[in-house]
Amino acid sequence: MEATSAAAASVFDHLEQAPEDPILGITVAYNKDPHPGKVNLGVGAYRTEEGKPLILNVVRRAEERLLADRSKNKEYLPITGLADFNKRSAMLILGSDSPAIVEKRLVTAQCLSGTGSLRVGAEFLARHYGVKLVFLPTPTWGNHFKVFMNAGLAVKTYRYYDNKTRGLDYEGMLEDIGAAPSGSVILLHACAHNPTGVDPTPQQWEGIRQAIRNRGHLPFFDSAYQGFASGSLDKDAHAVRTFVADGGECFIAQSFAKNLGLYGERVGALSIVTKSSGVATRVESQLKLVIRPMYSNPPIHGASIVALVLGDGDLFSEWTVELKGMADRIISMRHKLYDALRARGTPGDWTHILKQIGMFSFTGLNKEQVQFMTREYRIYMTLDGRISMAGLSLKTVPLLADAIHAAVTGAKA
Amino acid sequence: MSTAAAPASSVPAGARSGWWEAVQPAARDPILGVTEAFLADSDPKKVNVGVGAYRNDEGKPVVLECVRKAEQIIAGKQNMEYLPMGGLVKFNDLSVKLAYGDTAPVLEEKRVAAVQTLSGTGACRLFADFQKRFKPDSRIYIPVPTWANHHNIWRDARVEAHTFRYYKPSTRGLDFEGLMEDLKKAPEGSFVLLHACAHNPTGVDPTADQWKEMSQLFKSNGLFPFFDMAYQGFASGDTVRDAQAIRIFMEDGHQLACAQSFAKNMGLYGQRVGCLSVVCDNSQQAVNVKSQLQQIARPMYSNPPLHGAQIVTTVLSDPELKEQWYKEVKVMADRIIGMREALKSNLEKLGSSLPWKHITEQIGMFCYSGLTEDQVDRLTKEFHIYMTRNGRISMAGVTTGNVEYLANAIHEVTK
Repeated sequence: MEATSAAAASVFDHLEQAPEDPILGITVAYNKDPHPGKVNLGVGAYRTEEGKPLILNVVRRAEERLLADRSKNKEYLPITGLADFNKRSAMLILGSDSPAIVEKRLVTAQCLSGTGSLRVGAEFLARHYGVKLVFLPTPTWGNHFKVFMNAGLAVKTYRYYDNKTRGLDYEGMLEDIGAAPSGSVILLHACAHNPTGVDPTPQQWEGIRQAIRNRGHLPFFDSAYQGFASGSLDKDAHAVRTFVADGGECFIAQSFAKNLGLYGERVGALSIVTKSSGVATRVESQLKLVIRPMYSNPPIHGASIVALVLGDGDLFSEWTVELKGMADRIISMRHKLYDALRARGTPGDWTHILKQIGMFSFTGLNKEQVQFMTREYRIYMTLDGRISMAGLSLKTVPLLADAIHAAVTGAKA
Repeated sequence: MSTAAAPASSVPAGARSGWWEAVQPAARDPILGVTEAFLADSDPKKVNVGVGAYRNDEGKPVVLECVRKAEQIIAGKQNMEYLPMGGLVKFNDLSVKLAYGDTAPVLEEKRVAAVQTLSGTGACRLFADFQKRFKPDSRIYIPVPTWANHHNIWRDARVEAHTFRYYKPSTRGLDFEGLMEDLKKAPEGSFVLLHACAHNPTGVDPTADQWKEMSQLFKSNGLFPFFDMAYQGFASGDTVRDAQAIRIFMEDGHQLACAQSFAKNMGLYGQRVGCLSVVCDNSQQAVNVKSQLQQIARPMYSNPPLHGAQIVTTVLSDPELKEQWYKEVKVMADRIIGMREALKSNLEKLGSSLPWKHITEQIGMFCYSGLTEDQVDRLTKEFHIYMTRNGRISMAGVTTGNVEYLANAIHEVTK
């Protein structure tokens, strides 16, 4: 009766246990820790001052409306998702008067949040694009590598973060973009670069745009923090919009995980800006062939919420206020942490904490220092020194400042 | 709107442009394209027996009452944090209990690796990618015919695909001899795709004895059984009965894998709720396999969607809701069985000389009518009846209101 006597060993006997995901694994470790004073600064999920996850009011209200509407059903969405959601998502990132929208040379597909949008875009490129090479900034979100590689593209990097200045290595970036084979895919963080929080200035973006267009490269934007960086949806979309305004083509992966707090509902969109509406139609038909054998059609719940919020004037206004509230709280945490480090006389220049933008701060701490902080102070963060500012509160800032101070002054190199 | 002045030369001469000119328009999906065409038709008599989504007798989609109740329970209480890469743990536990039995030894011994997936499609794709990664030289054997997307899934996973005979047109039943002959030729270590119940598109299932014989063959020839179970409860109305093929293989000690979907049996279609489970030698191996499945999920979508899994978990973990679900699933299954009987008797009443007993012998959502492509085209053009060109009728789209019209039309194009 028992399997082992009758049947041969499993055909998967040779498998090893895969390592924990470097980012999601932090939360796993955090959850396992019984210590009451532990702090999770790992995954980029917004927390309130009380350290709790936040469901936005507008999301609650949208959900209530959906629940109350008994005429709503759970039928399959089309392969490319909820049309209303797609339309409004594109308008959000591009601006409703964008030439790409007005001239109908845009295709938008609802996908599984930012990850799914990137993956579907990458699969499409692997099948239909002549240059199967993508350049990622150094550093970047860890999952970017596997997303593009598993889709069948080769991956290289371009210089981005300058360790010495803790800012943008602008010259290095332009050099590497210029040296990349013509037509390469260039992945760009639309705003609030993850993990560094270092964004180009508008002038630098203009230089980057010219460099990319001069080499005939294809820009692929990852927009996961629109509204979260500066607090303004339009301001955070500026870089993307200048690229579209120049008439060229580009890919955009949008996520509503952070800015609408919809994390687990997996809501996102892939937009492809093309040269003509005819091309857009054909591109859409090919996108369906990528999506259908992956998951057939995307999940309905989250997209319905987003479509409601984006389509209702009151909800949209209220959202902008809530979004600014989240962005402002993060900015205030940056100031508090900076002040706390200054007050302790912690050696080093910590102004980068103030200059960096968005959810994360790239502290500059090394792996050993991070491990020390986790071990001795129960601070959970990724080994590259990234902390999620969104996970800080007035209560936990002093603890973090103590931990950083101890790590920098006492920890073994 | 950008406030920067428009650059003087936007895309410089010599720079590449128009990357997508060479992109050809893709063919429409054969199944989902049918509904698109149906929606575009303005004829009032039109009938959609294309896509496999349940309809009540008014031809309307149904949200189950147990699901509505679950949604009320969930509303306002949960947060929306990321699920783990492998999904909601409680959901996975309840799913595999449903598939294998509450007290299945493999569950008690923690030998099952289970991850939440994007419905049945996502479960199949995750397994196909897993198969490619860890058994790169292995083959997948796919029945003829099958749900069209199966071929796409294993093709995109780059697994070498072969087919085995399944449906016998002359009997409109199972070609068991052909099936056994073809699978006997499969090399050891091959993976075989089996529809656990309510085969899509034919509705033809093996008998218990036939399943047992297949199980013995798989054992002696070292074949890996992969079950796609998209209709548990929906086929016979009884979730245990519909899982009998899996239970038979489990009793024989197979280490199988199963893709489960809650799209049809819980009416959760667009929520995309499913589960992939893999039976392993021991609990450590189950941990290993699950971790590797997660590695495939992470660069595809990071973690699965929350809402649908919460609904299923709420329903299956509440005894009252679960009872209610069993009843509602039986109502759906019974209505379809009733429509099968009605369609058959209507055709017989019209004096059709062709055999139609396969309509009631087949099971589940679909009836493989035996209609030719030309006949199907006539049904669409002349009668505004929409179905896939392989003659597959979604019985869920048949109602007391349209069954006579449908029978009449079928009779017209086949007499």
